[in-house]
Amino acid sequence: MSAPPQNPALAAAIASTTRRERTTRAALLAPALLIILTISVLPLGITLVYSFLTPGTYGGVTWEFSVNSYLQFLFDRDIFDDTLSFNPAYLSIYLRSIGLALGATLGALILGFPTAYFIATKPREQRNIWLFLVTLPFWTNLLIRTYAMLLIIRDEGIINTVLMQIGLLNAPLTILYTDTAVFIGLIYSYLPFMVLPLYASLEKLDFNLVEAGYDLYANRLRVLFHVIVPLAKPGIVAGCVLVFIPGLGAYITPELLGGGKKLMIGNMIAMQFGASRNWPFGSAAALILMTLVILVLLVYARAARRKEAVHD
Amino acid sequence: MTEGSPAPVLRAFRRRDLRAMPGFKAMAWLCIIALYMPLAVLIIFSFNDNRSVVRWTEFSLDWYAKALANDGIRNAALVSVKIALFATVISTVVATMAALATTRTRGFRGQGLVYGIINQPLMIPEIVTAIATLSLFALIKRLTGVTGVGYLMMAHAAFCIPFAYMPIRARLETMTLTMEQAAADLYATPLKAFALITLPLLGPGIVSGAMLAFVVSLDDVIITLLVAGPGETTLPIYILGAIRRGITPEINAVSTILVAVSVLLVVLLFFVQRRMQR
Repeated sequence: MSAPPQNPALAAAIASTTRRERTTRAALLAPALLIILTISVLPLGITLVYSFLTPGTYGGVTWEFSVNSYLQFLFDRDIFDDTLSFNPAYLSIYLRSIGLALGATLGALILGFPTAYFIATKPREQRNIWLFLVTLPFWTNLLIRTYAMLLIIRDEGIINTVLMQIGLLNAPLTILYTDTAVFIGLIYSYLPFMVLPLYASLEKLDFNLVEAGYDLYANRLRVLFHVIVPLAKPGIVAGCVLVFIPGLGAYITPELLGGGKKLMIGNMIAMQFGASRNWPFGSAAALILMTLVILVLLVYARAARRKEAVHD
Repeated sequence: MTEGSPAPVLRAFRRRDLRAMPGFKAMAWLCIIALYMPLAVLIIFSFNDNRSVVRWTEFSLDWYAKALANDGIRNAALVSVKIALFATVISTVVATMAALATTRTRGFRGQGLVYGIINQPLMIPEIVTAIATLSLFALIKRLTGVTGVGYLMMAHAAFCIPFAYMPIRARLETMTLTMEQAAADLYATPLKAFALITLPLLGPGIVSGAMLAFVVSLDDVIITLLVAGPGETTLPIYILGAIRRGITPEINAVSTILVAVSVLLVVLLFFVQRRMQR
C-alpha cells in the first residue's frame, strides 16, 4: 500500500471498491470452498473422531470412546486376561507398502528419466506429441489399465504364451498374485507422473553447462551425474513424490494383481469398511496413512523452500 | 581435422552429439511400448471370435453385441453418464467462479489457504477420501434418513473441482484485462462485459475443464466403490465385479468402449488446447 490519498472522497471511493472486490471474491469462492470443505475436509475430522470410537456390530460405530483402534495397530488383546502382546501383522502391511511404493518410485525414475530427457531434447514440435503419448494412458481408466496388465502377465497371458512357444520356457513364469506383479503394476500405473515433472525440469536445462562439462574433459556418465542430474533435481524430487504417494495408497493394483493375498494399506483400509466391519480401526489406519503422506509432503516442501533460498 | 575454427558442419555435428545420451532413445521407446502394449492386447482381443483372451482366431464383433445387450452393463453405463454429467456441471461452474476469484486480482490474505483447499482432493490418497466421505454420508443418512444417488453425485463433484479448476485458471492467467477495459470504456455494465467478452474468451478453458472433470468422474473407482449405495453401480464398478467373477472378452469389449470415450475426449482436449496456444 502506498501513502493514503489526501482527498477524503477519493479515499472513500477506493475503500468502497476494495470492499466490493473483496465481497465479489468471497461470493465467487464460496461454492467451491463450501463443497470441498464439507465433502473432503470435514469428513477427515469425522474420521479422526471415528478412530476413537468402538466398532458397531453391523459396521458403523457406537459412540463409546476407545483407543483400541490405535492399540490394535501394534498389539493383540488377549480375550481372557486383556493383556496386550505385540503383533506386527498390520505394521508389516505398512512396511510392505512403503517398500513396494519406494521400489516402484525407483523403477519409474530409472525408466522415466531417460524418457523425459529424450523428449526434452527433441525438436519443439515433436515434444508435444511425445508428451501427449506419455500422458494419454493417465487419462484412461486405471482399473482398465490394470486389467490389461493382468491379461499380459497371467500364466496364460501373452508374455508366457509367447515365451513358451519360442521354447524359452517350459512352464509358465508365475508373476500374477506376487509382489513382482504389484511392483510392475505400480510402475505401469504411475510412470506418467514421473515423466511429466522430470520433463518440466529437463526442458529448461541449459546445455551450455553440458558443453562446459565436456570441454572440461568429463565423459558422458560424469556429465550425466554431475551436471544434468543435479540440475534436474527439482523434477526428480517432484516426480518421486508424485509416484510414491499414490503408490503408497494404491488400492486397485494390489487388489487385481496381488489377488487380495498381497495386501497393501489401501486394501486393508477398505476391508475394515467392508467385510471386517471395523470402521474405527479403518479410520485409524487411514489417518496413519495420511500422516505418512503429510510427512513426505513436508519433507518435499522443505526441500523446495531450501532450493528457493539458495537461489535468492 | 585441421587446426583452427571448426567447420560449420562439424559444429552442428558436435551440438547434436552434445545432447545425445546412448540408450535413452531406446528407453523412451520401451516406455511407450510398455504403456501401450497391455492396452493394445486388451483392445485386440475384444474383437476375437473366441472365448479366449490369448489365442486369436477370427475377427468378430460378437463380444460388443453381447456387452451392449447386457442389462447390467447398460444400466451401469447410464448411471455413470448421469453422475459424470452432474459432477461435470457442478464442478465446472464452481471451478470457473473460483478461478475468476483467484486470478486477475492482487494477492489477498488467505490465498495460499484457498489454493490448498481447492487442491486438497488431489493431495490426499483416494482411499482416505473414500472412507472419510463414506463416514460423513453414513452419519448424515442416520441423522436425516435421506438416501439416494445425490450423495455419490456430490462426492464426484467434489473431487472433480481441482481438475476443472486447473485449465480454467491457466486460461485466465494468459488473458489480459484490456478487452474488458475497452468494454467498460464503451459503457458496458460489468455483467454485460463479462457475458460478451470474458466468458467467450474463457470458453476453451471452460471446455477443457469440463472435459477433464467428465473423464475423471467417469473413471473413478475407489470413492465410488465405497460410497455407492445399492443400484448405483457405475461402469467401472461393474467391470471390477466382472473381473472378480472371471475374465471374459466381454469385459475387454466394455473396457475398450470406456477407453475409447476417454481417449476421444482427451484427444479433443489436446486440439482445444493447441488452438488456445495460438
